[in-house]
Amino acid sequence: MSSPTKKTREPLFHVVARKNLPLWKQIVFRIAAILLALAFSSLLIVIMTGLNPIEVYKTMFSSSFGSTRKIWTMLEKTAILLCISLAVTPAFKMRFWNLGAEGQVLAGGLACAACMFYIQNSLPSWLLILIMLVCSVAAGMLWSFLPAFFKSRWGTNETLFTLMMNYIAMQLVTFTIAKWVPTGSGTLNILNADTRCGWLPAVNIAGTDQKYFINVLVVFILTILMYVYLKFTKQGYEIAVVGESVNTANYVGINVKKVIIRTVLISGAICGITGFLLVAGDGHTVSTGIASGNGFTAILVSWLSKFNPLIMILSSFLIVFMQRGASGIASTFNMDNSIADIITAIILFFIIGVEFFINYQIVWTARTGKEAEG
Amino acid sequence: MFFETLCNFLAASIVQGTPLLFGATGEILTEKSGNLNLGIPGIMYVGGISSIIGCYFYEHAVADPNPFLCVLIAVLCSILGSLFMALIYCFLTINMQANQNVTGLALTTFGVGLGNFFGASLPRFLGGTVGSIALNATGNAFRAKLPFASSLGIFGETFLSFGFLTYLAVVIALIASLIINRTRVGLNLRSVGESPATADAAGINVKLYKYMSTCIGAVIAGFGGMYFVMDYLGGTWTNNGFGDRGWLAVAIVIFALWKPKSAILSSYLFGGLYICCVYIPGLSSSDKELIKMAPYLVTVLVLIVSSLRKRRENQPPAHLGLHYFREDR
Repeated sequence: MSSPTKKTREPLFHVVARKNLPLWKQIVFRIAAILLALAFSSLLIVIMTGLNPIEVYKTMFSSSFGSTRKIWTMLEKTAILLCISLAVTPAFKMRFWNLGAEGQVLAGGLACAACMFYIQNSLPSWLLILIMLVCSVAAGMLWSFLPAFFKSRWGTNETLFTLMMNYIAMQLVTFTIAKWVPTGSGTLNILNADTRCGWLPAVNIAGTDQKYFINVLVVFILTILMYVYLKFTKQGYEIAVVGESVNTANYVGINVKKVIIRTVLISGAICGITGFLLVAGDGHTVSTGIASGNGFTAILVSWLSKFNPLIMILSSFLIVFMQRGASGIASTFNMDNSIADIITAIILFFIIGVEFFINYQIVWTARTGKEAEG
Repeated sequence: MFFETLCNFLAASIVQGTPLLFGATGEILTEKSGNLNLGIPGIMYVGGISSIIGCYFYEHAVADPNPFLCVLIAVLCSILGSLFMALIYCFLTINMQANQNVTGLALTTFGVGLGNFFGASLPRFLGGTVGSIALNATGNAFRAKLPFASSLGIFGETFLSFGFLTYLAVVIALIASLIINRTRVGLNLRSVGESPATADAAGINVKLYKYMSTCIGAVIAGFGGMYFVMDYLGGTWTNNGFGDRGWLAVAIVIFALWKPKSAILSSYLFGGLYICCVYIPGLSSSDKELIKMAPYLVTVLVLIVSSLRKRRENQPPAHLGLHYFREDR
């Protein structure tokens, strides 16, 4: 740009895009970011509590892995976050911003609870569970169908549409609970507490009954299925093509409208399953908080795993570990629980930031004014 | 009787609508530069809590707090807090080319966490006693009304009996509208949001515009949080008290079709929808919840209708949510 006669200030560095950084380097970068984030957030905790860092790490580990029960809770929470991450992934890979996972999970959970509330124990438990599953999936699909339909037909902005659907679902849940609970307390008691009809059964693992086993197993199977679906099927390939370029997809004869609707329906269905797992396998009741912000966290998990379901196992585990650890610290040292949110966000900022170093390269301008070789 | 209720309802709508108006104006300004900042709900929390933190220390340090200084400290702290959040967002999305949606969502988690954490533990940091925050002096300063408002009868009660931030919200929205639509800076800003590559080629500093609009937008949105804690709650903090109003502000941006002037009435309308269940007699608790759904349903409808009609002046900025890198083709 600068002509030799005119004196212009050369920028200190400039940024160029790079393609195909070797995989091992990418992994090293990401691990470095996670370690940095861990160090930074524990430094923050050390400053706020005045404890030594070893004590902080110890508390974090013991609150996540301290007992068999804690380990199972940890697994369950990871499974739920992973399940929602799986749900948003196919849509996400297609560049469809499904910010409505929270609402779709709620819709699924509400449908599930409705089955338990109205059928009670008039059917055998296995049949009720089946009906609950079908209803949950249908509700999740319905909640995702509307944004998908309008997006594919008229290009309605799905980011904002799905976001609004969350709050519609939340109000629907509070509305239904207000209808069901005549006392006006606003909380729904545990459903079928005496008959346990429609509860996913506990499974005996190493001598003790684990009620979360089925949830963890279902999500594990879903993870494998999703990996295979995205990687090895024709539909998975179509998703990738539509995500890369709608024009290319049209050119090669992919029916983009159909792919969008189909993929988002899958997304909604898995969200519905998550709602089912949360109600039938965990809380046995429904409230606006059952998804507890995981719908948003899941987007981050999916994104930072680069849409790879197997890596998502690790990412969601890491996030849940940090959240559990931070709330463990909060309760041990008498702090507010929201420290967990802060820590999660800091980790996310680091992971978001590291993408830059993977996709771009900083080229320092040499002192002579000539550009250094990249 | 009916007329009185109506006036009360109008006044309540304006009170509920004001934080939304701040948030919506801020987000419109941000989105005009092509940055879809989903961190706005978090920024509003931080704008609120930082003004609380500043005034908490001030009110506990002096025996007789000066109302003018109270307001000044609150405003300055709120600005600093919001700027801090905006700079995180800007640095990650503009310099580091990070995805805007992901960064915004993380920012919201961060901001809500910060707000709740400091709101719950602020008294403990200072004295070791667990207590709640009550900043009466600052609250009263923010709530100060025009002295002649009550002498103007029902009109004064309904339209003139608010703290100064209520009017500031309208003024800021009008100024934003003026700048976006009537000045060279506004034209440049819109071109950055529509097509950054074209703007760059025309010699507009794209990064500067994005930074400025996002930071100023965040500060305005942060005022919404400050209004909520200082004026509406009178200088107190309840965890998650602000609720999902931040997302409602994002909804208003769509509803107002990215026009700050329409955001004024839209905010009051949404504020009215938010509160109207209290004013309709004979509603059961479940019906109230159903009515609270209205703002979101209306937003979805507007979203659908505006995408159906495809009028060019009603569309979001063309480059909204996408990152801009000079070397990309």
